[in-house]
Amino acid sequence: MNLVPLFMAIPLGAAFIVVLLGRFKEAVSDAVAVIVSLILTILSFVLIIPLSQEGIFVYRMGRWIPPWGINLVLDGLSLLMLIIINLVAFLAILYSVSYMKKFTAKSTYYGLFLLMVAGMNGVVLTGDFFNLFVFLEIAAIASYALVAFGVEAEELEASFKYMVMGSVASVLILFSIGLIYSLTGSLNMAHVGTILQGQNGNLISFSMILFLAGFGLKAAIMPFHAWLPDAHPSAPAPISAMLSGVLIKALGVYVILRIFFNVFGMNIQLSWIFMILGCLSMVGGGLLAIKQEDFKRLLAYSSISQIGLIMLGVGCGNYWGILGALFHLFNHASFKALLFLNSGAVEYSTGTRELKKMGGLSKAMPFTGATSTIGSLSISGIPPLNGFWSKLFIIMGLVYAGRYVLAVITILVSVLTLAYYLKVQRYAFFGKLGEGLEKVKEVPPLMCASMVALAIICVGAGIFFYPIMKTILEPAVRVLQEGVGYSNLILGG
Amino acid sequence: MTLIVKVIARVVSPLIMVFGIYMILHGHLSPGGGFPGGVIIASAFVLLTLSSGKEVAYQKLKESTAAVMESVGALIFLILAVLGTIFGGWFFLNFLPKGEPLRLLSGGFIPLCNIGVGLKVGGGIFAVFLTLILFRLSEKGEGD
Amino acid sequence: MLFFLCFALFLIGLYCVLIKKNLLKIVMGIIIMEYSVNLFLIMVGYKAGAVAPIVTAGVEKANFVDPLPQALVITAIVIGIATLALMVALCMRVYDRYKTFDITKIRRLRG
Repeated sequence: MNLVPLFMAIPLGAAFIVVLLGRFKEAVSDAVAVIVSLILTILSFVLIIPLSQEGIFVYRMGRWIPPWGINLVLDGLSLLMLIIINLVAFLAILYSVSYMKKFTAKSTYYGLFLLMVAGMNGVVLTGDFFNLFVFLEIAAIASYALVAFGVEAEELEASFKYMVMGSVASVLILFSIGLIYSLTGSLNMAHVGTILQGQNGNLISFSMILFLAGFGLKAAIMPFHAWLPDAHPSAPAPISAMLSGVLIKALGVYVILRIFFNVFGMNIQLSWIFMILGCLSMVGGGLLAIKQEDFKRLLAYSSISQIGLIMLGVGCGNYWGILGALFHLFNHASFKALLFLNSGAVEYSTGTRELKKMGGLSKAMPFTGATSTIGSLSISGIPPLNGFWSKLFIIMGLVYAGRYVLAVITILVSVLTLAYYLKVQRYAFFGKLGEGLEKVKEVPPLMCASMVALAIICVGAGIFFYPIMKTILEPAVRVLQEGVGYSNLILGG
Repeated sequence: MTLIVKVIARVVSPLIMVFGIYMILHGHLSPGGGFPGGVIIASAFVLLTLSSGKEVAYQKLKESTAAVMESVGALIFLILAVLGTIFGGWFFLNFLPKGEPLRLLSGGFIPLCNIGVGLKVGGGIFAVFLTLILFRLSEKGEGD
Repeated sequence: MLFFLCFALFLIGLYCVLIKKNLLKIVMGIIIMEYSVNLFLIMVGYKAGAVAPIVTAGVEKANFVDPLPQALVITAIVIGIATLALMVALCMRVYDRYKTFDITKIRRLRG
């Protein structure tokens, strides 16, 4: 129970210590970053068993009682997000120990990375609206700086575009928080949920629309997606893995789920809005991904498509849809991070990102080729890998809800996903060796280790999905299905 | 800048810094606190830089010292929060004795938090200012 | 009535972000939007006929305006400063590479 604020305090402290100590010797900053992220990952796994006994942890900061104080809430959904964030962060830091050797300001990189992890941990753990805004901004500003890290021309342009759209999103969110404060007089999420419970009104709908617009911009749902295909390819590869695998989920999809299920309460119009936006993202992202020639840009459009699938599953509202959506959240983090780390490995060895210039790399780089095949098969939904189970659950949820047209569209988009990932595999890894690529060899062992670990997670989550479902996913689904009853648990306890 | 501006800036900037320190220390009694106090301390150095050129300000406060000051300020704040856990059992608990209201030494650890925040904001704003003016435009661009 | 003026200021900032072609004017548009939201937050806490929420010696429990939005606005202003510093630094580096501030010419990423 006392471990909960450590998730925010440890990375914050470590970020500043890394910047201080990194002036003297660079290996110290590497060691501190890896050890801190390993400690956080182990802590998040340790908390599974106590949470399954208690059900929910409410930590009052400074011993102030809610609604006057800020409280941290750890329930099933937060624990799922914590596991995803810290695991992918640990593997990305392990990868970047050897990938970022060509940059000089490595201690600044680790400082910003740990600040981003601290911000994301704060967003999933908090139970108070303004605390959410502060940690959202910490994570977002750290990611704007990380996208522009190697100061090439295209990275700066992409970071500027990302930063302008992200700032507009933050301003919309702050406007909406102000509206909620003026309507209810409190900033605690549970207290606002109790007050707004039966009410309807124009101002409440207006603030819901502002929240959807602001967090939809952060999550790159289709009408608001324009920053993602520029920002994710231009960042260094471990940062792309973190951004696409974790940041758009922790700052975008998680907050949408928390606010619309637990504070405002779901109704039919909201479910329809989620399903329509999800379908639009899924189809649009998939169609735009086919014609891409750049490896990382294709992966970025594929992220838009998969986030659309998650929103579609959430919009169903029944048990199978939400279970499939949350499992797809976990799976997408693992295989999209794996694919982005693969593209980084390819760029490290060959120096290019264009598919037409590569070819036949699977003989020269065996680990990268094998793990990328596993990642591509997972994301397309081939049994028995993990993507198959999550897509199956979402389609089952759609069929049970009676939305047969959307289920058929989902199946068609899955086939489309398989098509463009086969295109990637054919151009990049099979076929004959491209010109100028004779001297390509495998990447250093630390990078291989993190890619192999993610591939093992993909295969393991596919084979052992039943224990994962029971221990981690079912509590999260229960939290979302309980809806506005969440506030009674927090204010009463 | 002319001689009058340089002399007056050199005379006035310690007064500005004293005003900034006053605002940080009285954060729990009057409006202000860590954030505006830190910005006022940074603006004292900015005034010196604008009037006398960056070599003079560089001798008073190097950029590396400003960066170290910033990290130390953040670590002070975090250590105070963790000390709340050690002495009281709850993260961020106000564990120092709270004196009578409206005195300077009252309010628990809030004055110490204000000092941490003031150091961080002051160091941060001055480091940002120095980085922006020391940026060299070049033909093919250089790394920083 | 005053809240509509706040929203009008927000829309002016949004117009600058959408229509203007100079990078620095887009940054100014974002700053205007942030100012309008801070103004809105402070106006939410206003009570007619109340005084500033500072406890001084000798004043009993008077009618104070709401101090909570003022704390929120201090934090939001500092976040705005951090965002502004990062945006201006990025603008300077973009000028260094592309030699122009015109956003229609800074379009190497497309597709």
